Amino acid sequence: MTRLLLSLALLLAPLAAAAQQPAPDEQIVLGLSQNRVAITANFDGSELLIFGAVKRDQPAKAPPLDVIVTVAGPSERLVIHRKERRAGIWVNTDQVTIRSAPSFYAVATSAPLDTALTATEDLRHRITIPSAIRYITSRDDVLDEDNFVEALIRLREKSHLYLMNEQSVRFDQQTLFRTSVALPSNLEEGDYTVRVFLTRQGRVVSTHETTLHVGKVGLEQWLNTLSRDNAPLYGLLAIFIAVLSGWAASEAFRLLRRQ
Amino acid sequence: MQIYLPIAEVAVNIYLLLGLGGLVGVLSGMFGVGGGFLITPLLFFVGIPPAVAVATSANQIVASSVSGLFAHLKRKTVDLKMGLLMQGGGVAGAALGVMIFNLLKQLGQVDLLVNLCYVVFLGTIGGLMFVESLRAIRRSGRGGPVPKRKQRGWVHTMPLKMRFRTSGLYISVIPPVLVGFLVGVLSAIMGVGGGFIMVPAMIYLLHMPTKVVIGTSLFQIILVAAFTTFLHAVTFHTVDVVLALFLLIGGVIGAQIGTRIGAKLKAEQLRILLAMLVLGVCLKLAFGLFLPPSDVYSISALQ
Repeated sequence: MTRLLLSLALLLAPLAAAAQQPAPDEQIVLGLSQNRVAITANFDGSELLIFGAVKRDQPAKAPPLDVIVTVAGPSERLVIHRKERRAGIWVNTDQVTIRSAPSFYAVATSAPLDTALTATEDLRHRITIPSAIRYITSRDDVLDEDNFVEALIRLREKSHLYLMNEQSVRFDQQTLFRTSVALPSNLEEGDYTVRVFLTRQGRVVSTHETTLHVGKVGLEQWLNTLSRDNAPLYGLLAIFIAVLSGWAASEAFRLLRRQ
Repeated sequence: MQIYLPIAEVAVNIYLLLGLGGLVGVLSGMFGVGGGFLITPLLFFVGIPPAVAVATSANQIVASSVSGLFAHLKRKTVDLKMGLLMQGGGVAGAALGVMIFNLLKQLGQVDLLVNLCYVVFLGTIGGLMFVESLRAIRRSGRGGPVPKRKQRGWVHTMPLKMRFRTSGLYISVIPPVLVGFLVGVLSAIMGVGGGFIMVPAMIYLLHMPTKVVIGTSLFQIILVAAFTTFLHAVTFHTVDVVLALFLLIGGVIGAQIGTRIGAKLKAEQLRILLAMLVLGVCLKLAFGLFLPPSDVYSISALQ
């Protein structure tokens, strides 16, 4: 009986240790230049400043640390279409469905990505852009899903929605870090997740996560809510404005002619 | 100067929107077309999501058409009776068109069909108009007497005749209703007001005077576009009033300028210009179908 208990304890020990992992020696203290991004009438993108420090009890250990920062927007469900030439006409043929792709995603690192992060750690923490795109499905006759995902990344990088900024994190004396991420004007509303990873020799040693709210304020928000909650009224308002301004312009021109 | 649009959720340059609205307004006032077939692709180009572009351009068309209509009403170049008859046919046609559209949607490839529809119709109408108006211009250039267009056609053999004073016609009510119905079907399928089909139909099928056609077409478009705006606002929530406001400021002013330009031009000159516009849009769409796209991949949201 004792032996059984002992072997059971031995078996469970690593599991227990993994479950209550002690707080890492090196912890992240994080600050953001703003906790919410307010979308107003003159919103034209925004620069988000992310800064922080590594808090540690002992002096810094031998292999130096690297910092990776990610900012992810609310995830979306997308369809990627591909055109092919059929009878001389370009037609959408194959398509791939992606059930979770971030509407905005930025990665900033303090060192080249392949030295700051190993592939296994990337898979575990889903840090790089390709690993943040998930649940890819398609019909059986689509053999190259990867090309569709690559196209998504390429198109979104072009519109500045996916950013890969290697070595854009300034990391001073293994303690203070800061970086800035350019948020474009066509931001999706919702909660954005900011994650910071400390890595040593490509392995994640500490993580920190916080959220940032992006939302419309003032007239922008009022109109958006009205268009959803009170659609018939909103539609009539739109038509009324149109008719009124059409009439006003015609009257204004008539008065101008008379003078 | 940039402005953030609350429904489209993008920031766009104000002056660009004013300019686009103004350009389409001028065309609307000159030719009596709503300009939906022109402004919607232009809005895509600026970065407005397609659904918002379609719905909001309908709203802008209401404004520029009202603006143009008032100018035409003052000159008494609107045949209200004819407009109402066609409107009646148009509503019935649109209802059928929506049913056909939904059927096509279930079969897939609706975008392709709409584009092919556009190319065929724009090409045919534009080509016929171009040839006809070119002949008319040559004839008047030679200085000979302008032969009167044939007044007797199949249109005049039908019963239920009615007098249309503004157009100077005494014809059956069936052709206007039928033309309205067909345009209604097409515009529901193709997602446009149908001005560019309506205008040639009134000129060549009903033999209305070109100047009256423009005012009457504007009158007809207002109701169609207002109805479309309302439907889009209620079902898809895609009408952006801020976007519409900037487009229509340009649009209403442009429409006033357009009607004045239109009044100075001869009827056949107006027809040939409209024909060239229609052919231009047709070519652009045809290129889109036949030329390799800049990127074969495209992203859309999963419904």
